[in-house]
Amino acid sequence: MIWGVLQFPGSCDERDALRACEIAGDGARLVWHESRDLDAVDGVVVPGGFSYGDYLRAGAIARFSPAMEAVAEMARGGAPVLGICNGFQVLCEAGLLPGALLRNAELRFICRQVELIDEGDGARLSIPMKHGEGRYYAPEEILEQLEANGQVAYRYAEGHNSNGSVRDIAGVRNEGGNVLGLMPHPEHAVDPLTESTDGLKVFAALSEVAA
Amino acid sequence: MVKARVLIRPKEGILDPQGKAVERALPALGFEGIEHVHVGRMVELEAEDPERLGELCEKLLANPLIEDYEIQTL
Repeated sequence: MIWGVLQFPGSCDERDALRACEIAGDGARLVWHESRDLDAVDGVVVPGGFSYGDYLRAGAIARFSPAMEAVAEMARGGAPVLGICNGFQVLCEAGLLPGALLRNAELRFICRQVELIDEGDGARLSIPMKHGEGRYYAPEEILEQLEANGQVAYRYAEGHNSNGSVRDIAGVRNEGGNVLGLMPHPEHAVDPLTESTDGLKVFAALSEVAA
Repeated sequence: MVKARVLIRPKEGILDPQGKAVERALPALGFEGIEHVHVGRMVELEAEDPERLGELCEKLLANPLIEDYEIQTL
């Protein structure tokens, strides 16, 4: 599985994402935001950072980039797409995922290791989070749909929902299951040097979609 | 060209921590009796076709899931 990692002006986690993809998959390459060329990749990571300075709203401008148009097309074709942090915000703004990410309830930027529950197998993952706008929100009727369709992919473990996300939601996927958005950063938890390698499980789970 | 102003505010019922933070800061400055503070955005622009501003708000200036908008032509 070859991953493409998007790079916007203002992205800051694309290098870690690239490395995580190299460890988790068979290779990875950066894709500049002005490029539409995703022919050589099997899946895409939309990385964290502050694309286009987060002007207007986080992710609002990035969704109109040529690379994102190509990603939307790939996503519709069923290819795996992983949006991390700012990437999650971009995928929501692009309408590829339901809901939105709002300012943290306490207004503070939060940077800490958090524990997540994989709603699929119940596994507990330890992964860092670092964001100022990570409070997941969706209207009640959409939340009910997400729960009914099994689209809530990850929740913060009890005591770890420090941004105020509705129903402790940390990550959601689309109806097809091939597009996943996650607020914490699995790409920063792939090397024993930083203790947890639980992030690899996120990449592995999404790779299965492509298989 | 028509001058217009777009006001964007958090939808009612959605927690607005910015508004709350401003509200909590006011008594310390001696401003009593102010409540229901909400912080939004204002966009000023000039448009050839003001009829299309609604579409512009829906697609870019506001996120209709979390924000309400109001267009004022000047």
